[in-house]
Amino acid sequence: MVDALRGYALVASAWARAAAQYRVSLSTMIFSTLLITGLDFVEILIVFANTHRLAGFTVAQVAFLYGVAATCLGLADLLIGSIERLGERIRDGSFDAMLVRPIPALALAAADRFSVRRVGKLIQSIAILCWALAALDLGMTLERVGLLVLMLASGTVIFLAVFVVGAAFQFVAPGGRETMNAFTYGGGYLTQFPLAIYGRHLVQLVTFVIPLGFINWYPALQFLRAPDPLHLPAALHYLSPAVAALLVLVALGAWTTGLRRYRSTGS
Amino acid sequence: MRIYLRVAWLSCRRYATYRAATVAGAFTNTVFGFIRAYVLLAVWHARPHLGGYDATDAVTYCFLGQSLIMVLAIFGGELDLAERVRTGDIGIDLYRPVDFQAWWYAGDLGRGLYQVLVRGLPPFIVGALVFRLRLPRSPGLWLAFAVAVLLALSVSFALRYLIALTTFWIVDNRGIETLGGVAAMFFSGMLLPLVMFPGWLGSTARALPWAAMVQVPADVFLGKHGGDALIDVLGWQLAWVVALFVAGRVMTRVAARHLAVSGG
Repeated sequence: MVDALRGYALVASAWARAAAQYRVSLSTMIFSTLLITGLDFVEILIVFANTHRLAGFTVAQVAFLYGVAATCLGLADLLIGSIERLGERIRDGSFDAMLVRPIPALALAAADRFSVRRVGKLIQSIAILCWALAALDLGMTLERVGLLVLMLASGTVIFLAVFVVGAAFQFVAPGGRETMNAFTYGGGYLTQFPLAIYGRHLVQLVTFVIPLGFINWYPALQFLRAPDPLHLPAALHYLSPAVAALLVLVALGAWTTGLRRYRSTGS
Repeated sequence: MRIYLRVAWLSCRRYATYRAATVAGAFTNTVFGFIRAYVLLAVWHARPHLGGYDATDAVTYCFLGQSLIMVLAIFGGELDLAERVRTGDIGIDLYRPVDFQAWWYAGDLGRGLYQVLVRGLPPFIVGALVFRLRLPRSPGLWLAFAVAVLLALSVSFALRYLIALTTFWIVDNRGIETLGGVAAMFFSGMLLPLVMFPGWLGSTARALPWAAMVQVPADVFLGKHGGDALIDVLGWQLAWVVALFVAGRVMTRVAARHLAVSGG
């Protein structure tokens, strides 16, 4: 584990130093990433230019949901987002080189082409989250601070697990990179709105099958003291860390299984 | 003329080789279609007649947008032109005894027509299985929609062509490509129907060429324009096609004169 983390840090910082050589290019890329991800929030603002409440939620409440989901996705994407290119590595055979190095392949694949420009997305998300907290003007009790920290940590871990499962899927289907986007970016987009707007079946799906609802929705209901429009048990509000831990096990299992099935494309 | 048909056909065949990526992409477009549909339904639940649309119109619009993403290459790119300028292969392209702009246009039309089948139909069909969608009532309206999509593809090509040509001056034009993609996503109405855009933002967005890409074909599909208005709106698209193609021709000339292929 220590080996893996040290190896990851080593490779990631090498990529970061490489990117830092081209300062102008890096800063314009960070800026344009900030701009693109900002569009998601502009979309929310346009929705609220037409209505004061979306399924009973105000703009500040939705901004809070957005801020948490986007920060978690941004952090996970910054840390291991490049793993989505695993399929390319498998196809051109360069994944083999990762297997013979003295660092676990998962750590290497996660650090591969580590891209600093993704910080842009993170900055934008944290800014919106701060604005939402200010606009909500809730009393920041110890319970709320704890909930927020727990929400951000487990949400990030859930997204990390989704990334790893998506990468493991590419051992089976090396061309299937875009499928993964449906769950990572699609998951980020889905959770930026109150789950109450989705149909009953979709909510059940993201609660019990692909538990994206635990990234922000359930803990946020507790944080905002908002009534659950779907009347599910309140115990769900505190389950995020457990769900995140379970997903880590699933992700590691998927990765190991995928890796065992892997056969080199040869050279 | 035969050469351009051949280019279009070969481009079509070339895209047909990426099968796994196609299935994966269509799946992702469909998933996003569902999420967006629920967002729009929530808005239309609060404002049932927003922008002259009803809820069925809004959901239909949403799936049309998802179907058109790859056909119109809304995120940008899908032209090898920029890459060929960077590698210097463009020197060969400029020597070909064909019209440079028409060559790339033919290739992009072939790509777009192929994407209609594999990336356009699946999200809409799956959407129609779950939600109530509105279909054009008359064969004439289907024909008008086909023309509107062809014009939308032409506007999209003309814009991407202009962006790709910037590589003649700026070798790494990824920043411009990204900005072009952002503008197209936002102003075409792919993210949200332009009828939701408030005040001056809405009127500006409707006047820009990107509106010819999703908003106009979708309005034609939904039957929002009848008779003369239909001719007007197709004419408006055509005017943008002509203007952007002329700009592309001028820029091609300047670029070719400017070009110095490096390497040997």
